[in-house]
Amino acid sequence: MNKPLRRIALFCGLLVLTLLIRDNWLQYVKADELKTDDRNRRVLIERYAAPRGDIIVDGKAITGHATTDGDFKYKRTYKDGAMWAPVTGYVSQAFGATQLEAIDDGILTGNDDRLFFRNTLDMLTGKKREGGNVVTTLNSAAQKAAYDGLKAQGGKGAVAAIEPSTGKILALASYPSYDPSSIAGGGDSDAKAWKSLLKENNKDDPTLNRALREVYPPGSTFKVLTAAAALENGLYKSADEKTDSPLPWTMPGTTQELPNEGDLPCKDATLREALRVSCNTVFGKIGSDLGNEKMLEMAKKFGFTEEQFVPVRSAASVFSDDMEPSQVALSSIGQFNTAATPLQMAMVTSAIANNGTLMQPYMVDELQAPNLDTIEKTEPEEMSKPLSADNAQILQSMMETVVKDGTGTNAQLSGVTVGGKTGTAQHGVDNSENPYAWFISYAKQSDGSAPVAVAVVVEDENASRDDISGGGLAAPIAKNVMRAVLDSKK
Amino acid sequence: MSSTSNSPTHHTSTIGAIGAPSRRNTELALLVFAVVIPVFAYANVGLAVNDEVPAGLLSYGLGLGLLAAVGHLVVRKFAPYADPLLLPLATLLNGLGLVAIWRLDQSELLQSIQQAGTAAPRQLMYTAMGIALFLVVLIFLKDHRVLQRYTYISMVGALILLLLPLVPGLGQNIYGAKIWIKVGSFSIQPGEFAKIVLAIFFAGYLMVKRDALALASRRFMGLYLPRGRDLGPILVVWIVSILILVFETDLGTSLLFFGMFVIMLYVATERTSWIVFGLLMSAVGAVGVASFEPHIQQRVDAWLDPLREYKLSQQGVGGHSEQAMQALWAFGSGGTLGTGWGQGHSDLIRFAANSDFILATFGEELGLAGLMALLLLYALIVERGVRTALAARDPFGKLLAIGLSGAFALQVFIVAGGVMGLIPLTGMTMPFLAYGGSSVIANWALIGLLLRISDTARRPAPAPANPDAEMTQVVRP
Repeated sequence: MNKPLRRIALFCGLLVLTLLIRDNWLQYVKADELKTDDRNRRVLIERYAAPRGDIIVDGKAITGHATTDGDFKYKRTYKDGAMWAPVTGYVSQAFGATQLEAIDDGILTGNDDRLFFRNTLDMLTGKKREGGNVVTTLNSAAQKAAYDGLKAQGGKGAVAAIEPSTGKILALASYPSYDPSSIAGGGDSDAKAWKSLLKENNKDDPTLNRALREVYPPGSTFKVLTAAAALENGLYKSADEKTDSPLPWTMPGTTQELPNEGDLPCKDATLREALRVSCNTVFGKIGSDLGNEKMLEMAKKFGFTEEQFVPVRSAASVFSDDMEPSQVALSSIGQFNTAATPLQMAMVTSAIANNGTLMQPYMVDELQAPNLDTIEKTEPEEMSKPLSADNAQILQSMMETVVKDGTGTNAQLSGVTVGGKTGTAQHGVDNSENPYAWFISYAKQSDGSAPVAVAVVVEDENASRDDISGGGLAAPIAKNVMRAVLDSKK
Repeated sequence: MSSTSNSPTHHTSTIGAIGAPSRRNTELALLVFAVVIPVFAYANVGLAVNDEVPAGLLSYGLGLGLLAAVGHLVVRKFAPYADPLLLPLATLLNGLGLVAIWRLDQSELLQSIQQAGTAAPRQLMYTAMGIALFLVVLIFLKDHRVLQRYTYISMVGALILLLLPLVPGLGQNIYGAKIWIKVGSFSIQPGEFAKIVLAIFFAGYLMVKRDALALASRRFMGLYLPRGRDLGPILVVWIVSILILVFETDLGTSLLFFGMFVIMLYVATERTSWIVFGLLMSAVGAVGVASFEPHIQQRVDAWLDPLREYKLSQQGVGGHSEQAMQALWAFGSGGTLGTGWGQGHSDLIRFAANSDFILATFGEELGLAGLMALLLLYALIVERGVRTALAARDPFGKLLAIGLSGAFALQVFIVAGGVMGLIPLTGMTMPFLAYGGSSVIANWALIGLLLRISDTARRPAPAPANPDAEMTQVVRP
């Protein structure tokens, strides 16, 4: 009987050997693939196992963390979440992450490759993994002024503010907003909050980042760009030169007259005067005189038609090509297809305030390791030079006139020179919907430096349909944002 | 086979008495390790999960130590020449199983979905019952050959045990497989006990019939074909296995019993043809049943594409389970060295994480290294069992020992292979490791039987009544 016994022993040995081979296949050959599989919940458990790094504004964290029940240990919390939501985005145990939370997820969770060496050391010394920080360029006082201003106004709206000399984003507010803390967890209340935020359940669409992702017809604020194009293309040489502007003016190729908002002194008005009272006829004609190509070229130099990455992606602002001359005229006063994000209009303003140089806008100043070492620092970078310093200064003096004794007097600030432009953009079929009130401005100090450029857009049913409303609704918000920035410089 | 004559003048007995040390001290030394290792593992889990040495460490260590000590003392007294490795190996596996079950008791996820959280104390109780049965076997079964008398009673007993889950009101259907019965608040897997009783029946039956089965055959294409009437028994066992497969829908149990029978038949007759027949019949049976039994089909589908099965279960499609894929993720996440005790997430397997799928916990937390060591511990148990069969001096003992160790090896392969995705999953559990009273108790009895056979095999025949007399004969010419 012993011969078959030995064979059975061999057979049992083969069974065990098969198991050992299978085990090696699973736990050695396929281990990484199984371990990092998206559906493997351990990936998420690991993600929420350590407190997430913070997003920093003015040296203070605007985020935090809290412990949760279940296998996800930590969740994100936000201080003044609704105010900062357009900056931070959200990170949720159940609903993923967006914006800064998503873009710098690696740093915040501590899993970024650039932290690999440090993590390996920590693993050897038994230290727990920690997340790094994202230090933003934002200014909390300016952000608060922007958000509070929008909130007081009550309608939908957005604010973007930039430091013209560097491109640093100082404020980025959107209203109505949402508190990302409410959806940070994975519980029932988070799911309920999430559902109530979805666009199909909430016509206010609070999760929309209007400062970056919504394009609005810029209305009369676009006239500064048209003026820049006129100066740059040599159509007019100075602010005080009479323009060739008949009144009334019939748009070329049509029999339709382009109306002004009221009985304005627009006939052959100077650029300064035309901007001060916001003449549609003057700037419409400039646009059609220059033509589609030149207007588009200027718009592109200011950043139109391209998505901006700050590093959060912004929507591309629109200036069409292949337009009829009449359509170019309408586009040049910020109507027809022309549409811009608040960030885009802040960029236009900042380039003018920065003597013609447009700086690449950005909102992440540096990425920090858990021990606060700098991993990556964003250096200011020139994006383009849409107009010469001389022409920029001409445009500045025109915008300053608008605020001094034009439509933008509501934005006047003592001690600094403010330049700005109002705008009211109609939209909807036959202008049936509430118009958008715009205001763009910058504040210039006595040494000629401009620490802030801001763009405000407000949609309000109470807005009157004339050009003053930009100055009435949006200018006070812009003023408060500028003052907050100036005060924090002191 | 050597004679076991008790004649005092027999030549070999004197040599045997000198040549076979009892090895009980070896066993004691190994037992110390078998108790100390799980105690350290237990402390490790506590430190990892709660940042403190668990409060129950002392009582747990003492409990396991006490059980091992009683086991050892009874072996020393009643089976002094038994194999020294089997008791420590079983103790170690049982201890590690308790640690893993306690570790899963700590999982909030498992606590929230079932009345888990108290599995470890129950398992300790089952262990005590298992060791009690082990002691009963050693104390009251003086010689395993006594069991030969119960050959046909065993057959009846095994059939009853196998058919119990089919009795209405008694049987339970848990996730499709009907291999449990419910008595009071206890769920019992009669198959675990049937395994042992069947081995006794097969051994007794084959010992009597082996010559007829082996010799009366015709040669055909290099194979010895059994006579038609000798095919009877294998056909009966095959049909019973198929019936188990059809009515209890458990491929594993069916495969285990049929495999055990074929192994024992082969050893008894030394005819390779039986292996060929066995393989053919199990292939025909398995494929045949799988082609019309939806539960078996589903198990096969889940085995072929566990990810699809996972997705279906996530979509809430009834009858699908995420367990198989979760187990694979657990193994993969463990990698080479594992996460360490208490630091894995094998509780994601949820249902049966501490029983059928307990191997995944070992895979994740001890890694490839730990799991290979664990599998080798099982291999060692099988090796000691086969060695016992080789050493046994009577055919019944040989057959019983190889039947029990062969069944043990098959069970380990079927369960571990199923959990690791090598073969379709079945409803059996890893001997000693998994939570479950039937499995622990039955396997302790199995170890008791193997110890009894090995004691009989290695025990020297009683020394001559007067050794001096023999010496005197030699010295005086």
